[in-house]
Amino acid sequence: MDILSNLALGFSIALSPWTLMLALIGCFVGTIIGALPGLGPSNGVALLIPISFSMGLDAISALVLLTSVYYGAMYGGRISSILLNIPGDEPAMMTTLDGYPMAKQGRAGDALVISGVASFYGALLATIGLMFLAPMLSRVAFQFGPAEYFALYMLAFCTLGGVGSNNQAKAAMAAAIGLGIAMIGLDKTTGMPRFTFGELHLMDGIDFLVAIVGLFAVAEVFHFIESHGKNSAIGVKLGKITIPWRDLKTTQGAMARGTGIGFVAGILPGAGASLGSFLAYMAEKSVSKNRANFGKGAPEGVAAPEAGNNAAAGGALIPMLTLGVPGSGTTAVLLALLLTLNITPGPLLFTEQPHVVWSLIAALLIANVMLLILNVPMVKVFVKILSVPSWVLLPGVTMVAFVGIYSLTGSSFDMMLMVAFGLLGWICRKLDIPTVPIILGILLGNAMEDNLRRAMVLSNGDWTYLFQSGISIGLWTAAVLGFVAPMFLRRVLKKPPIPATESYDRD
Amino acid sequence: MAADRIFGAVMIVLALGYVLSAMNIQTSFMSDPVGPRLFPYLVAGVVTLCSLIMILRPDPNAEWPGPMMVLKIGTALLLLVGYALLIRPLGFIIPTVVVSAALSYMISPRPVPAALAGLGLGVGLFVLFKVILGLGLVAFPRGWF
Repeated sequence: MDILSNLALGFSIALSPWTLMLALIGCFVGTIIGALPGLGPSNGVALLIPISFSMGLDAISALVLLTSVYYGAMYGGRISSILLNIPGDEPAMMTTLDGYPMAKQGRAGDALVISGVASFYGALLATIGLMFLAPMLSRVAFQFGPAEYFALYMLAFCTLGGVGSNNQAKAAMAAAIGLGIAMIGLDKTTGMPRFTFGELHLMDGIDFLVAIVGLFAVAEVFHFIESHGKNSAIGVKLGKITIPWRDLKTTQGAMARGTGIGFVAGILPGAGASLGSFLAYMAEKSVSKNRANFGKGAPEGVAAPEAGNNAAAGGALIPMLTLGVPGSGTTAVLLALLLTLNITPGPLLFTEQPHVVWSLIAALLIANVMLLILNVPMVKVFVKILSVPSWVLLPGVTMVAFVGIYSLTGSSFDMMLMVAFGLLGWICRKLDIPTVPIILGILLGNAMEDNLRRAMVLSNGDWTYLFQSGISIGLWTAAVLGFVAPMFLRRVLKKPPIPATESYDRD
Repeated sequence: MAADRIFGAVMIVLALGYVLSAMNIQTSFMSDPVGPRLFPYLVAGVVTLCSLIMILRPDPNAEWPGPMMVLKIGTALLLLVGYALLIRPLGFIIPTVVVSAALSYMISPRPVPAALAGLGLGVGLFVLFKVILGLGLVAFPRGWF
């Protein structure tokens, strides 16, 4: 068995005490980041990339640390959903619908255990799915030429804009802003400077980490200053934690269905964990025998979305690793991490650097077990941390953002650029313009242009070359559908009432 | 409504500037059929189209902050820019204490907790990043100790 020997290789790297310790730290920090309202997987990981990079960690260590943070944040989001009725991050939004009512009935402990187990279930199965599907997809990806990659990038932007936002024009605008920013710097093919205005700092282009930390973390500060006090929630008391075996048994079906739906939603480009948990909840609500109780504290209503969002987190890694195209804000940040570490995702990653991929997968499996232990018996520790007041937390987040960029680049120019991106993020949020496409544009812009130009070189400037192969026709069709279909679906599918969220984390 | 229109108009102006700047990009002798200008033109085209849609069909207005809040956000912005400029010459601890105390005061206007938060963050983060994680931070201005 190919997969088993690869997995053995992965575990042989991931089981060293150093990696285990990093995974544990990552899980712990990640759960905290997920639990704190306002910090979620994408801005949490974004904050930590420059720092782990400045610490001089090697590629595998940094990858293990930050993917543990990613999975941890996915687990942690539910804690504040259940206890405070504030989603710790956007994917955990659906968990508030039944988690908070359960907590009000004095079953906060039960809800935390059920959702913790559901998270484990979803994430574990998704990681196993990743093990089987990613190598298969990477074999398909070998047939991708520049035309196909260009179509694939279009697909990512279109579905992200179509599914993830309320206004297609604004999503497309955001993507174009990102692509426009990516053009700044030296043109790779000709070596000529573009949009640098003679500024030496701009020759290398704008560092995507500066943009990410600005848009995700600094924007949050402006938002908090504006909205402070408005969203203060009254917490629920948490009693002794016991394991509700009976509920765990009755929610098995909900967990399995949630996992399946979430996993598929995660693989689709542009969909991500928020959609995964949303669909998992809606599906469970329509098939469950306990339907009448949904919204009033049904354990199934906690289990399904939590399994869904964690499964989506695993599924989202598949297109990111095999094609280099992230499906969501968080995986966009993880792609930024890979690029920072000089690891180019894509089909070659699986054949040329199998130790990176398989040690990552092994680390994810280990992190899952650690997270189950951290999040069920030890959940009280995190509940304590939740009581950190925002007037300490927010200045702290700001300073961490600065330290990260400062130690990475050492330049005041980059820090001011980061603040400017923070302001841009705040304005975009006010105007309901999604920021994830901006990030994706900055990350993928150069590769997208490069593929377009290489395709034109291959075809000698013939535009129809872009639509010639079966794969690219399929991708273009999917892109158009993904962009247009949500306009019509939005009228049919009304979203359920969304609780007030303090989070900026559009996954 | 107005907000979307203003943003759209600003973006059209920016897109025009972008196109003008792109027209000045030098091409070298070893170029490809597409060249370095086409993609920027496409991007500017998409921005212009989207801006027109935003101007013609704006979304309902978001709640915009009053003048006091604009002043507050502006102050925060100045603080952060100042921090970006001062962290090099003044070292990590002093700007961090001042700026985080100020931010803390803006979120919750109580002077004593804010000052404590500033002090705690300034010293605590320095210990965390410099002593524990080993990042290259400087505590105080050069020549103090």
